[in-house]
Order: sequence, then C-alpha cells, then structure tokens
Amino acid sequence: MSTGSINAKEEEHAHHHKETFITKYVFSQDHKMIAKQYLITGLFMGFIGIAMSLLFRLQLAWPEKPFGIFEILLGKWAPDGVMDPNVYLALVTIHGTIMVFFVLTAGLSGTFSNLLIPLQIGARDMASGFLNMVSFWLFFVSCTLMLSSLFVEAGPAAAGWTVYPPLSALPQAQPGSGTGMTLWLVSMAIFIASSLLGSLNYVVTVINLRTKGMTMTRLPLTIWAFFVTAIIGIVSFPVLLSAALLLIMDRSFGTSFFLSDIFIQGEVLHYQGGSPVLYEHLFWFLGHPEVYIVLLPALGITSEVLATNARKPIFGYRAMIASILAIAFLSTIVWGHHMFISGMNPFLGSVFTFTTLLIAIPSAVKAFNYITTLWKGNLQLNPAMLFSIGLVSTFISGGLTGIILGDSTLDINVHDTYFVVAHFHLVMGISALYGLFAGVYHWFPKMFGRMMNKNLGYIHFWVTAICAYGVFFPMHFIGMAGLPRRYYTNTNFPYFDDLANINVVITVFALIAGAAQIVFLYNFIHSMFYGKETEQNPWQSNTLEWTAPIEHFHGNWHGKIPHVHRWAYDYSKPGHDEDFIPQNIPLKEGEEELQH
Amino acid sequence: MTIFLTLILLILVTVSIWQVTKILELSQPKVQSSQIADDSDNQTQGKLMFAFLIFVYGLTIFSFWMWGDVLLPNAASEHGSEYDNLMWATFSVIFFVQTITQALLHYFSYKYRGEKSRKAFFYADNDVLEAIWTIIPTIVLAVLILFGLYTWNDVMFVEENEDALMVELYAQQFNWKARYGGEDNVLGDANVRFLQDFDGKNLVGIDATDPNGLDDIIVQELHLPVGKEIIFKMRSQDVLHSAYMPHFRAQMNCVPGMITEFAFTPIRTTEQMRMDPDIISKVRKINEIRKVNSVELIANGEEALEPYIFDYLLLCNKVCGASHYNMQMKIIVETEQEFNKWIKNQQTFAQFVQ
Repeated sequence: MSTGSINAKEEEHAHHHKETFITKYVFSQDHKMIAKQYLITGLFMGFIGIAMSLLFRLQLAWPEKPFGIFEILLGKWAPDGVMDPNVYLALVTIHGTIMVFFVLTAGLSGTFSNLLIPLQIGARDMASGFLNMVSFWLFFVSCTLMLSSLFVEAGPAAAGWTVYPPLSALPQAQPGSGTGMTLWLVSMAIFIASSLLGSLNYVVTVINLRTKGMTMTRLPLTIWAFFVTAIIGIVSFPVLLSAALLLIMDRSFGTSFFLSDIFIQGEVLHYQGGSPVLYEHLFWFLGHPEVYIVLLPALGITSEVLATNARKPIFGYRAMIASILAIAFLSTIVWGHHMFISGMNPFLGSVFTFTTLLIAIPSAVKAFNYITTLWKGNLQLNPAMLFSIGLVSTFISGGLTGIILGDSTLDINVHDTYFVVAHFHLVMGISALYGLFAGVYHWFPKMFGRMMNKNLGYIHFWVTAICAYGVFFPMHFIGMAGLPRRYYTNTNFPYFDDLANINVVITVFALIAGAAQIVFLYNFIHSMFYGKETEQNPWQSNTLEWTAPIEHFHGNWHGKIPHVHRWAYDYSKPGHDEDFIPQNIPLKEGEEELQH
Repeated sequence: MTIFLTLILLILVTVSIWQVTKILELSQPKVQSSQIADDSDNQTQGKLMFAFLIFVYGLTIFSFWMWGDVLLPNAASEHGSEYDNLMWATFSVIFFVQTITQALLHYFSYKYRGEKSRKAFFYADNDVLEAIWTIIPTIVLAVLILFGLYTWNDVMFVEENEDALMVELYAQQFNWKARYGGEDNVLGDANVRFLQDFDGKNLVGIDATDPNGLDDIIVQELHLPVGKEIIFKMRSQDVLHSAYMPHFRAQMNCVPGMITEFAFTPIRTTEQMRMDPDIISKVRKINEIRKVNSVELIANGEEALEPYIFDYLLLCNKVCGASHYNMQMKIIVETEQEFNKWIKNQQTFAQFVQ
C-alpha cells in the first residue's frame, strides 16, 4: 500500500506537544475536539430550529390565537401575542435554513466526518488540522451571522429557505428582504466556504492517510459515505455560492441576473433580461445533492451501527458502495424535479422524471440490504440501534412518496403542498436526525469517555418515533387535499375548514416530540459529566476507533498506528470464539478473507 | 379552551416521562445505567418494535378512516381522470411496498432480538438476492416512468388551437386578474412598462398600440365555459407566484419577465360540482364545523361565519410575501351560453380606459 507508507513514517513522530487552554478547547486542531465543537454548535442550532417549528406549528393549529409565549419570544412581531404573517414566513425560512444547513449538514457531517475519518482509517489527524480548525470557525461565524439576522429591525429573511428572487431580491417585496436577507446571504457564503474547506480535507484524508492494509474495499461504510458526501459537496456547493453572489449583485449593485420586467409599489424597476428560473436552476443544482449530503452520512452511520449491533456483517458490502456511488452520481442530474412547473420546457420535465425515478433503485437496494442485515442477527437493541432501525423505517416511508413527487405529472397537483413537506421531512429530516442521534448514542463513549443513560435513550427514541409518524403521516393527507405550504393561516379558505382538526393533531404530536428532545438534551449534558465511565470497546465493534485509548490526545494512538488485515464486518464469523474480530487482528492460519 | 387542554396534556406528558425515568432509575438501584443492552432490554425493546409495527399500521388505517375523504378532491378537468388513475396506480405500488418492508423490518427487529447465548448467522452476500431487488424495482419504475411520461406529454404540451379560449392569468402581490382575448380571442401585447398608462387604469399593462389588445377583457373573477379547451398564459408583475387550481389538476408558476402556459378542459360546471354527492357531504361537514366555530365567535361578540358554498379555487402556491395565504380567485365554470352572456356584459380594455 503506497498510502500506508506515509503513515508509517508519521508513526515515528512523538505527539506530545504542549497545549494551552486556547489551543486545546478553542482553536483546536485536533479532529476529535473539532468534532465535539461541531456537535455542540450543531445541537444548539438544532434546538433553536426545532423551537421555531413549534412556534409556527402553534400558529397553524390555532391560527391567529394569542399565545403568551409569542409575545415573550417574538416581542413586537407578535403584538398582543398574535403572530404577524411576516414573522410566520421568517420562522419557516430560518427553521428550514438552520435544520438543512447548520444542523444536518454541518452538525451531522461535520461532527462524524471529523471524529471518524481519522480514527476509522487509522490516521493521527486530518490531512490539514489547520484548515479543519478554520472550517469550524467559519461555520461558527456563519451561525452567529444567521442568528444575528433574527435581531435586525425588519426581521430575518422570510422568502422560504430556497430564497427565490425576486421576492428575496427586492426589499419592497417583503420586510425580510432587507438587511435580514443580506445577512442570510453573507452567512450562507461563509457557510459554503467552511463546508468546502471541510470537504476537501475529508477527501484528501481518506485518499492519502489510510493506515497500512486499509484498502478502499476494507473501509467501513461510514467512511465511504463521508467520502462520497464530501465529493458531492465539492461539486455542488460552489454553484450555490455563485447563485448567492449573483443574488447579492442583483440586490446591491443593480445587475439583472435574476430579475426582469418588474413593477412593484407603483414603480417600474430598471431590471431587464434576467430570469428567476436561472436562479432556481443554480439553487437546485446544489439543493438536490444537498439532500444526499444530509442523508448519506446518516446512512453510513446506520450501516455501521446496524452491523455492529446485529452482530452480523452488513449485507452486500459492495452493493452498498455501488449504491452510494450511484446515488451520488444521479443526485447531480435530478435537480429539475424541483422545477417541473417552474415554466421550464416540459421536455426537460420528462428527462428529470426519468433520472429521478432511477435514484429509487439504489435507494431500494440500500433499504433491502439493511433489512437483510437484521435477518438472523443477534440484535443488541440499544438506543443507537433503535434509532438506526427507525431511520430505515422513515427512509422507506418518506422515500416511497418520492416516487409520486419525482413523477412530473403527479407533481403538478401536489407540488408545494404539505405533501412535499411531509415527504422531505420524513426522508431527509427525520431520517438524518435519527442518523445524528444514532451516531451520538453510539460514539458518545468515544467522544466523552462516558456512557449515556440507556433508559432515557429508550424514552427519547420511542416518544420521537411515535411523534414523527404522528406529525408527518397526517400531513400527507392535507397535502393531497390541496393545501399549499407556507400559508400563515388557512382560515381564508372555508374549503379547507375540514383540515383544521388534522392540523391540531399534527401540532400536538410536534409539541410532544419537542419535549422528548429535552430528555435527550438532559441525557447528553448529564452523561458528559456524570455518565458511567466506558470501557475501551463498549459495543465490541471491529472498527479501528475502538482500538484507540479512551483518553483523548492529539495523535489518537500511543505508539504505532494499528495495521489493518480484514474488512470491518467480521461479526460472528464461523471458526472464531468471539463474535467480533477487530480490523487490526491478522487472519488466522488458513482463514480466508471474505471475497465480499 | 383547546389550548388550555393541550397545554395541560403537554405538561402531563412531560411529567409522566420524568416519572417513568425516575421509576426506571429506581427500579435498578445497584447498576449504574450504561448504554449496553442486556437480554432483558433486548426482550422489551424487541417487543416494542413489534408493537411499533402495529402502531404504524394502526395510524395508517386510522388516518384513512378519519381523513380519507379529503384526499384528491374530485377532478373537474379532462386530464383529471388520467392524472387520478396514475396517482392511484402509483399509490397502490407504494402502499404495497410500504406494508411489506415495514413488516419485515420490524418483525426481524422483534424476532432476532439478542440473547447472550445465541450467535448471529454469518451471511455477508448473495448476488442473486441483490439482482432480484435491483431488477424488480427497475421494472416497476420503468412502468411508472412510461405511464407518467405518456400522461405528462398529454397534459403539458400546449398546442395552439383555434377553438381554444385564450385566458391570461395575471399575478401580483396579492391578487389575481384574468384577461380574455375578447372578440378576436387574441391577447394583446403587454408589459409592466405600460402599467402606469391611463392613470393606472391599465391594470395588466396592455400595449395600447397593439390593436389586438383593445378588445381584451380584464376581470377579477375567472369564468370558464365547460367542455372547451382553455389555454392559460401566466404572467406576474412582481415576484414569483404559482397558479394552482387543485380541482383541475393544474398548476404553473407565474414568472416576472416570462410567459408560462398551461391548458386544460373543464368538464363539470360549478353547479354540477355542487350536486356531486362527495362535494355535498364535504360541504355539509364544513358547515357543521363552521357552525361550531360560530358559537364561540358569537359568545365573544363577533359575527358568525357565513355558511360555505362550494366554488372552484385558484390559489397562489409559491410564497410571495405577507399575504400569500390570502391570494385567491374564484373560478366559475358554466355552460357556454352562460359564459357568453357573462362576457358580453364585461367592459373591454378600450371602454375601460376611456
């Protein structure tokens, strides 16, 4: 292995340089600390995002009713406790932005790519610890900017998380398109820079720093997922950056990339020749791969957690890799399915329907492989495992309705209704969150040297699982009834009056689900300090991170980095007493390495 | 009242979660909780997994039983039934797959719950199985794609057609206008630059130098003759909007600086739709809800809600600003005679701006 030799030289290095508080906890270059920073920032943003969703769910269930909590939290934007329509849109927008980018992209991928890539491939750290640190702090700056936009005079961005121009481009169109939108765009630009630095680092690390014996086909599926995710990010995020920059130009410097023939507030604007559809193309060229940027790491984590806790090899390892690659490739040529009725040529609609439905094939392969992995296993049903099984369940439920939305014809009538909201929340929102939770429960001992409370974990899972379906299953119905999303209230349409009670049911489930996350938060913080101390390999797992000592230090392993002799999934292999064989154990005499 | 009850419910749920945790903690006083699942955990959680399967099925059945009637309002356009067939075909495929896969997933989670004494079955690969579940979805999807594309081409490719009625849907924050081509059935050229002509009476910016535009008719309520193809041309003057007409299975974005189009043929008049048994029972249900809500309103000294009568709707379905939620227009489908009578009484553009 040529790649192994680089590490072999590095092994000679002593890794006990002096660290101050600042270099250890703040501007740390150690991937494990950066992972924790990502996790805690991501969780913090996640709680804000979830809290916002609860606020607008209250408004949807009991429209225009005064709530004391609105007055406390929203102040002048909720006079007498009644939420203002602009604020409703702002909450929806910022909820979407925070959850998609700050929690499920940075919080999920940032945490686990950073934690696991070096540890699972057998490297002392990322290829560039410095860039890694810069990546986190750029992310932190972009979080701060996004949150600061909540405090500007006219309110934060309110054009939906996709911020389509002209609505987002013209301050005359809505109050949120003023300073709030500027902050949104700047924050996203910085976020993209952060994400690109991170992704480049992940790709370089996986390609170059694998330990001796760690061939690509011995990599755990987590690493495959993070690796491919990073590549998708590198390919698609720059396009969003260009869209954001062009939008900034249109807003501030009078260009007309996305704007043409506009009359607003009694005035004809000077813009000529641009097209909002161009923005849609640029946005969704990232926007759709983004779904997989969110989802693939969660699926990678699931693969690892399922196999470990089923005490069985992941079924169809090579098929899993092939499906990750297929999904990644297809994800870059399906963006048009968000635009079937945008006014683009209907012929393009046919093309995008074709590519979109193709994506269902590798996804189906993954789902079936997960189910087969459970078959005849010896399932250790700890909280991480429950969340992984839950992920497979919501991935199937949410993914299947994608067949309706990906079909251009069927999309006509359910486009931008609550059917879409239900679909993507299940398939990428809830699934990715489950992946995040599974990852936290599974690698908490690795991150903090302690265990979380099992029973609180069980409560967290069951309440969340029931409520997730309770929220999003009925939502399909109101969508199929034709109820558009992003409506502040439905009371202006008597036609929708019979859907009001469904909205109440959804909100009640959402509130309970929100409460369940407090259980998790308590468990997380409490266990960080008072949890039971862990043993080195609590799950009896095969991957390399569990061969590293419990205590954290820069460099991960004392002495030599372990060499790898087998794939990551030798669980319950016949001819061995133990039901797991870590990757660094050499093959027994006469033992065959599986031709997976 | 409902809010109060819900809040109480929430508090109770929170308290009970907390209590359950306490009980669980107290019931195992010696062992400090670790995350590792022992045999008794596996037993309980495995059974819960099976219970969860029943919950998922139960929720599905309950939802269809309670709310099944709101799904896909009756189609009122010619391509509507084609759309509905495709939807229900896709739906049955989805439903079938969902039922089977969820069952397998949760049943396996229950059946193979761990025991210390057992060892898992080492089973890493099977090319035949992989091939099966690659090929079967491929075939099913191929059928759906072909069926879908066939319908899509049917619905979306608008052919210019002498007999069709030309209607422009004009969107602005936050209302709709409709423009008919008038006697010549040709829509005159228009641009937002002309909006301020005639002291703002040029409501959709018709180019007064284009003779085709003079007989155009601009209205705030969309009337359509039944059984005649309608070709819609969509425009917007400010931001993106989307013209969504759920009963006609029709939707198209309105894009500033661009004209988009969609065509359909309405097949049922508003009157016919109001006589439809499904609609009658829906209207009755809605009016019962409105009556109950009115009682509360009257108690607060406000006016009661008006009884609801069915009408077709045009909604805005692309977020467009603060009043997006109230950007609507009534659609009236009527017989051709009624339509002709109505349109004769409307002012043309030339008459209006004089």
